Amino acid sequence: MIAAEVRGLSKVYNAGGSRAFEALKNFDLSINANEFFTLLGPSGCGKTTLLRILGGFEALTEGTCTIFGQDVSRLPPEARPVNTVFQQYALFPHMSVRRNIAFGLEMLGTPRAETERRVDRMLALVHMSDYADRKPDTMSGGQRQRVALARALAPQPKLLLLDEPLSALDLKLRQKMRLELKALQRETGITFIFVTHDQEEALAMSDRIAVIDKGRLQQVGTPEDIYENPESRFVADFIGESNLLDARVSAVNGGEAALIVEGFADIRAPIGRPLAVGQLVSLSVRPERLILREAGQDVPGGIARVVARTYLGNAVEYHLVAGGQTLTAHAPRGGLRGLLDFVPGDTVSVGFEPGSIKVVSS
Amino acid sequence: MSVRQLSFSSRISPRLTDLGLLGPAIAVILVFMVAPMAIMFVYSFLEAAPYGGVEWRFTTDAYTSILFERDFLDDSLTFTPDYLVVLARSVFQAGIATLLCLVISVPTAYYIATRPERQKNIWLVLITIPYWVNLLIRTIALLFVLRGDGPINAVLMNLGFISEPLPLSYNGFAVCLGLIYSFLPFMVLPLYSAFERFDFRLLEAAYDLYASRRTAFLRIVLPVMRPGLIAGSLLVFIPSIGSYLAPDILGGGKTLMIGNLIGTQFQSARNWPFGAALSMILLTLTLLVLLWLARRAGQQTSDCR
Repeated sequence: MIAAEVRGLSKVYNAGGSRAFEALKNFDLSINANEFFTLLGPSGCGKTTLLRILGGFEALTEGTCTIFGQDVSRLPPEARPVNTVFQQYALFPHMSVRRNIAFGLEMLGTPRAETERRVDRMLALVHMSDYADRKPDTMSGGQRQRVALARALAPQPKLLLLDEPLSALDLKLRQKMRLELKALQRETGITFIFVTHDQEEALAMSDRIAVIDKGRLQQVGTPEDIYENPESRFVADFIGESNLLDARVSAVNGGEAALIVEGFADIRAPIGRPLAVGQLVSLSVRPERLILREAGQDVPGGIARVVARTYLGNAVEYHLVAGGQTLTAHAPRGGLRGLLDFVPGDTVSVGFEPGSIKVVSS
Repeated sequence: MSVRQLSFSSRISPRLTDLGLLGPAIAVILVFMVAPMAIMFVYSFLEAAPYGGVEWRFTTDAYTSILFERDFLDDSLTFTPDYLVVLARSVFQAGIATLLCLVISVPTAYYIATRPERQKNIWLVLITIPYWVNLLIRTIALLFVLRGDGPINAVLMNLGFISEPLPLSYNGFAVCLGLIYSFLPFMVLPLYSAFERFDFRLLEAAYDLYASRRTAFLRIVLPVMRPGLIAGSLLVFIPSIGSYLAPDILGGGKTLMIGNLIGTQFQSARNWPFGAALSMILLTLTLLVLLWLARRAGQQTSDCR
């Protein structure tokens, strides 16, 4: 079942004016029911605009927006079966935690006894029962975060929108809240649409991720999918760390292509879409999937020079130069490969783990 | 050596420094507020001297005569509502003026607070411009506008809307208009700062939780802006209730307010104790309003609903 869907969605701010700005361009996206779905992208990419359109806080310029089969394109926020956890929480400062959580239910005309019962359950769900009578300004960021969650979940929305809810918290709390959010989503079975610019957060929590850049959808997939098989240079670069190499197609043989990285190596890699001989492409390789050996050892790859070595604790990071392009390699400490260590100036053989090279569109 | 050690507060004892900083303010309050009020309080319990001033004999006559008239012949007291009417009229006029100021100021303040920074300053300066001219001059100027032969009536009569001049001056309407005109900025400015601090995301949150525009205004905007609303209302109501100029000039002395009554006692009527007693009543009334509001505000913060 589809929880939310946008078709041909465009959003232009100051339409017609000299400062017109197209925040979203011809956007198509389907979000399944019971999914933890993340909109991921750098700031200003349009992800928050998309969320605000789903919530009804912004009008769309073109296209349609449906929620559980109902066209909500022209509906105001109060008419949508959707609730939002706002970035700075936007808790009502003059109301206690209990009244904040009860607000949505009261607006829906829920009977008083039922409201109080539901509020108690929400308080327990977010572990805030002891704070029911406190005012928001007497609480910490993490506590406010939980109240905002409980307030948005209390009316049992079909869709919960979360606008970077963790960005105001410190690292430790953020990591804890990630697990709690994920657990909460599973417990309630409500579809979560989560906006973030933090790729680590997205990978850790999501069932599926949509990567957005400059108002355009770049790629949709599971975290593994997005990380292992980035389709574009942007996705490869934005999600995790990635080595991006310029290469030229020298031959195509069925599902495999021979590629030349000038001055470095001849590489074979599987391809997902047709490529022409002579075409320029980008290759993406994760730093942890490079294999370093002493120069002269025969590995399928090329020769590079070490220019810097950084000790990271659980790994060592080498910066390499190969044929005018730079590479980063992560070698774990200990284990077979860890026994080897290099210093700047060394020449090394660089190999690639099988299946580690992805051809991405530039 | 830290900055703290260098500051002169460590050389002189902290208490002395505090006294030095606060001293002028305390002196001003003592000389210009506490002392005159104390004199007024004492005078209100003395006998009036025939040509102004007081006789140093204790009596509560001044207070009695607010409610009762003493018969010349048999010294009996009869109830007279005259002064109560003046007091009630003052409260009513000030109340209406405060209410209308609120109605005018809420949209005005909202508009200014939601402009870009540069425009905001221009609007705020415009709001305060009337204050560069003396209140007396402005009030008299307003009278010229409202008079029977003033521009408003002239225009309306020339256009044929009316055949007789409208009675715009020398009545309660003119007084109320004068009060609004005099004190409007005292309402706009606190409301402006309240709107400026208002987090409009709270409104989005309210809509998101199925509140209608009306409900969101009543249950979110009004309570959150409450301190600004109270401050503005007090700043208009308190000077309005004791206002002297507007009723005197625009009311033409016909719609007497308590400020005029008090003024008359110290001038032509030469009954200082009675004027002092009326002042004490006005002061008590104002303090009661303040106290009531302060208590309500206190309940708001401790009440968890």
